[in-house]
Amino acid sequence: MPGQVSRNAADSTFAHVDDSHRVVPSIEFRDVVLAFDDRMVLNKLSFKVMKGETKIILGGSGGGKSTIIKLVLGLLKPDEGRVFVDGEDVTEYNEVQMMKVRKKIGMVFQEGALFDSLSVYDNVAYRLHEQGLPEEEVEPEVRRMLRFVNLEDAIDKMPAELSGGMRRRVGIARALIGDPKIVLFDEPTAGLDPPTARTICELAMKLRDLEDVSSIFVTHEMNNLDYLCSEYAVVNEAGQVVFEREGERLCLINSKVMMMREGNIIFSGTDERLRKAEDAYIQKFLRGH
Amino acid sequence: MNFVTRSILELQETTLMTARAVGGVFKGPRYLSEAIAQMDVIGVGSLTIILLTGFFTGGVLAVQTYPTLAFWGQQAQTGRLVAVSLVRELGPVLTALMVTGRVGSAIAAELGSMTVSQQIDAMRALGTDPLRKLVAPRIIALLVTLPLLTVLADCMGIAGGAFAATSLYGLSTSEFFTSVRDGITTDDIMGGVIKPTCFALIIGSIACYKGLNTEGGTVGVGRATTRAVVTASIVVIISDFFLARALQYILGMPTS
Repeated sequence: MPGQVSRNAADSTFAHVDDSHRVVPSIEFRDVVLAFDDRMVLNKLSFKVMKGETKIILGGSGGGKSTIIKLVLGLLKPDEGRVFVDGEDVTEYNEVQMMKVRKKIGMVFQEGALFDSLSVYDNVAYRLHEQGLPEEEVEPEVRRMLRFVNLEDAIDKMPAELSGGMRRRVGIARALIGDPKIVLFDEPTAGLDPPTARTICELAMKLRDLEDVSSIFVTHEMNNLDYLCSEYAVVNEAGQVVFEREGERLCLINSKVMMMREGNIIFSGTDERLRKAEDAYIQKFLRGH
Repeated sequence: MNFVTRSILELQETTLMTARAVGGVFKGPRYLSEAIAQMDVIGVGSLTIILLTGFFTGGVLAVQTYPTLAFWGQQAQTGRLVAVSLVRELGPVLTALMVTGRVGSAIAAELGSMTVSQQIDAMRALGTDPLRKLVAPRIIALLVTLPLLTVLADCMGIAGGAFAATSLYGLSTSEFFTSVRDGITTDDIMGGVIKPTCFALIIGSIACYKGLNTEGGTVGVGRATTRAVVTASIVVIISDFFLARALQYILGMPTS
């Protein structure tokens, strides 16, 4: 029992840290099967995302990556297998029960999926407005989130006035309101220029390293993998967030890679092992030829 | 899937969606302000076209029927004929068709583009049920405004008929309105309000269903809009036939 371990180690330095809850994975798939008509989208998929871990899901288009995210949110239901969120079996949940689970999860969509008819402020505040919170509680929260994504100036703009990268960042702010402990990214950097893509990855790293958020990061861009698997966010003496490369001081263990091909997991592990994998498809994916 | 199976499946899905949306109204959270905003868009927004359609339909009815009635020496009954045709049949159906064209298409296009740009998924991910937030207010707004619009169209139609009969054929205004009053019964008016209520449900459900089930990007939005308008118009006209017969059965045979 995990609780037992921490009691036994009473004299150790970390004895006061009760992390028994951390052994429950944030997200778990067990033998999940999903088919659309005759096409097999996910074939007996099993994996876990532990607390505070970022799972990067790589793979070509149509490989079933985004489907995984929709299954976590209950937007789709599996044909077979079980889906767990925070230790809770959500496979059979109906829409009303699922609404409660979704409150724990933030979701960043491919193109941002902002509500066109609402301003940036109302988009970010959406979840809080739906919960019926008074405006004086909503506003500071919205400003805090927009500061996090560095977009406080755009608060009164409409989504149509924003650039692609800004829309994506507002999407992140909207997903993070209410401080969810699970965040799902669906190709958040697709179609963005490299510096903006880097900014998005930095936000994901900040969440992972400073906010203890578990996440699934679906992407097909290799530079995302480089950033997320080799850098980490720390707060320096001046109180600023800086990004350092892993090396002698620290080795990143909270980012795992999973590669999908035609509904199957063809690789699961660390990025170092991925780079050494001999599978021809993986090598082609990594090198681009 | 063949046409019949697909149609039955769509009928089932549409009915379930509407039942869930309307059922949600009794449980909350309710979106009253959304419904009122939709009433403004759907009801107030459609006012001009409905008033114009009503006026000229009434006018043309008078223009077409006066000569025939005059042939039998019954021109004094023009008002009765115009009013009865409008209240029982043309008012509800024409209003429903105009609203389908204007509002049904707008609903399907709006929900359709929200679907293809993942805004519906985002809404669900943020813990809101789109059926309650989007579908229910639109159907409720239609249920409230379509009967009101129909009544207005009827009134404008009678006014149009009166205008045509008096100014073109020299019928006296009092003659016209006396025959209107003699012609219309309470049952006609009841039927004329029950029908648009049913049509509102049909238009709202079909437009929302087609919008929420849009697939295939912007082309899909266009396709969904077209299908919504075509399906809703046809279903309105077909159901009108059955409603007319059912109302005769329920309210009794009209005597005039």
